[in-house]
Amino acid sequence: MPETKNIQQEHRFFLNMGPQHPSTHGVLRVILEMDGEYIVEPEPVLGYGHRMQEKMAEGRSWPGFLPNTGRMDYAGALPYNHGYVALIERLAGVEVPLRAEYIRVITSELSRIASHLIWFGALLLDLGAFTPILYTFDDREQILDALEDITGSRLTYCYFRVGGVCKDIDDTFISRVRAFIKRLRSRFSMYEKLVNGNIIFLKRMEGIGIIDADMCRRYGATGPVARGSGIPYDIRKCEPYSVYPEFDFEIPLGDHGDALDRFLVRFRELEQSLRIIEQALDKLPDGPYLGKVPKKLKLPTGDCNFSVETARGALAYYLVSDGSEVPYRLKIRVPSYSNLSVLPELCRGMLLSDLVTAMGSLDLVIPEIDR
Amino acid sequence: METAGNPIVLRMVIAVVLVIAFVFLNAMVMGYLERKISARIQRRPGLYEVGPYGILQLLIDGLKLIGKQLLIPMEADRFLFRLAPLLSFVPVVLPLMVIPFSPKLQARDFDIGLVFILAISSLNVMAILMAGWGSNNKYSLFGAMRSVAQNISYEIPMLLSLLAVILMTNTFSMQGIVAAQNKIWFFLVQPVAFLIYIIAAFAETNRAPFDLPEAESELTAGYHTEYSGMGFSLFMLAEYANMFVVCSIATTLFFGGWHGIPLPFGEYSSAIWFFIKAYGLMIFMVWVRWTYPRTRFDQLMNFCWKYLIPFALVNLLVTAVLVKLL
Repeated sequence: MPETKNIQQEHRFFLNMGPQHPSTHGVLRVILEMDGEYIVEPEPVLGYGHRMQEKMAEGRSWPGFLPNTGRMDYAGALPYNHGYVALIERLAGVEVPLRAEYIRVITSELSRIASHLIWFGALLLDLGAFTPILYTFDDREQILDALEDITGSRLTYCYFRVGGVCKDIDDTFISRVRAFIKRLRSRFSMYEKLVNGNIIFLKRMEGIGIIDADMCRRYGATGPVARGSGIPYDIRKCEPYSVYPEFDFEIPLGDHGDALDRFLVRFRELEQSLRIIEQALDKLPDGPYLGKVPKKLKLPTGDCNFSVETARGALAYYLVSDGSEVPYRLKIRVPSYSNLSVLPELCRGMLLSDLVTAMGSLDLVIPEIDR
Repeated sequence: METAGNPIVLRMVIAVVLVIAFVFLNAMVMGYLERKISARIQRRPGLYEVGPYGILQLLIDGLKLIGKQLLIPMEADRFLFRLAPLLSFVPVVLPLMVIPFSPKLQARDFDIGLVFILAISSLNVMAILMAGWGSNNKYSLFGAMRSVAQNISYEIPMLLSLLAVILMTNTFSMQGIVAAQNKIWFFLVQPVAFLIYIIAAFAETNRAPFDLPEAESELTAGYHTEYSGMGFSLFMLAEYANMFVVCSIATTLFFGGWHGIPLPFGEYSSAIWFFIKAYGLMIFMVWVRWTYPRTRFDQLMNFCWKYLIPFALVNLLVTAVLVKLL
């Protein structure tokens, strides 16, 4: 931990980190007021990739907005699908077949693993190790191949439908996923060694960017960031949706809330997601994969909220319907946005190198913030 | 270069031309090796499009770099900005003059060969500082500042570890040091000195995990952020030549220089042994680079001042006592 030192006013200068910087993972700009290599005041500037997704929803039919949801978080897109279809189902009162719910859980968890794998590599890339990202991409590729079979796309999925999913899963998919589970488990020991056996990595992560539970509550940080600080908040457990209550899994928690804790929380979540997928595959019921949904979907007047747990934390859709065929207003609450808002308080007095670590450990996806 | 009868000036001119040619060749070979080895480590094919196994890729890359526009940032110090890549080239070419590739293949054997190398190679910092300062870019300046602090700090343990060997050989002449190892290589006698030297060498050449002057995740590209085309490639050439220099010193001082089992190439076999050893060390450096994450700057400095220098001093003291006693 670098000791905070007396900072003299006249030595300060400004440094623009981004929007074109390798470690901001997209078009995020952080204006840094610096004193030497110490950060006095970081100020994130957002909006470089703004696509007015919420406004776009007001011009489209209910299912017409579905492809957009997959484009907000390109690293783990399926929970975004999930939240949106579940929101409409809740407001319209559509029944979803059990098989469809299982498929949703399986694919959502696969998406979460894909996202965590990309984060794992990207964090190490931020720390200056280039090789791990190619290993994790290799693992991620197995998921993408499997999902491509059933969804037809590799990145911006639009697989869930109101009342179910658009295509049933087949035996090829199931055997692929089972093979992937086996493969990833065998890789864990290698990744574990990277954590425990590498002093440079530990020294870069331990005690860096400490977020305590109170800070998480003040800024609304959720997901692995909050869980790394010891807050057992996971929507899959706290406000269970879909068929999550039927599975046996744990919520990994950290103690100190530093970058290493957030790292370990995500790392253990990979194992938990694998457990969920395994159980879901074992229990997968027969039946239809798409429920009965009227051709022209008309929602009743009213408003509705639905939250799901994405790879980065709590995603909430809030919808106001005036009874017509398009939303009156759609508000999306994205996890990265509130996770990022921790940054200024987190990084005061930090070294520039530690800012990179801290940002990497928050697992930001900028297009999701600039939706 | 066995032109002992010719005037010394001619001999030196030939040596300089050969050495510069070697620097370019070395950069090509190392560029290829680095990319192939990293590809191997990362389970990807690497370069394979241009020529068999992609061996012509580096040639094409060179052409591309020459063809690129040389951009100079606004309000940069144009003189320093242009001079820096050239200056980075000098301190890596000159040390090659005194490196003994074989008993005869050496441009000049000074009595103070090692001191000459260490003195000249310190100039490298100057080029980086000029590049960083002249670029009018804060990231470049950060890189330059880090480089100065890092290089100057790591010179000390490097020198101390080499001194331990000098105490044993009683000479600064590179040929003399090699000759002293005809029975046993010094990395067996001086393992601590070798370890300290190789760590310091990583820092001196700005290679990962100590590549802080060009830490791409923090400083975009550090001191050479603003360089394009040949300016950039001269820095890369210098980096690889620098690697070769430190590995050659390690070979000469710790791995018995050109000593080795005679090969069926007569006099050349000793040069082959030298290159095998030096390139082996360079491949080791490449391997480390693609394996480890980067240290933080304050950790790097702490490591030097709190661990390397004390250990190097103790090692030097022990060596001095033992040399006196035995």
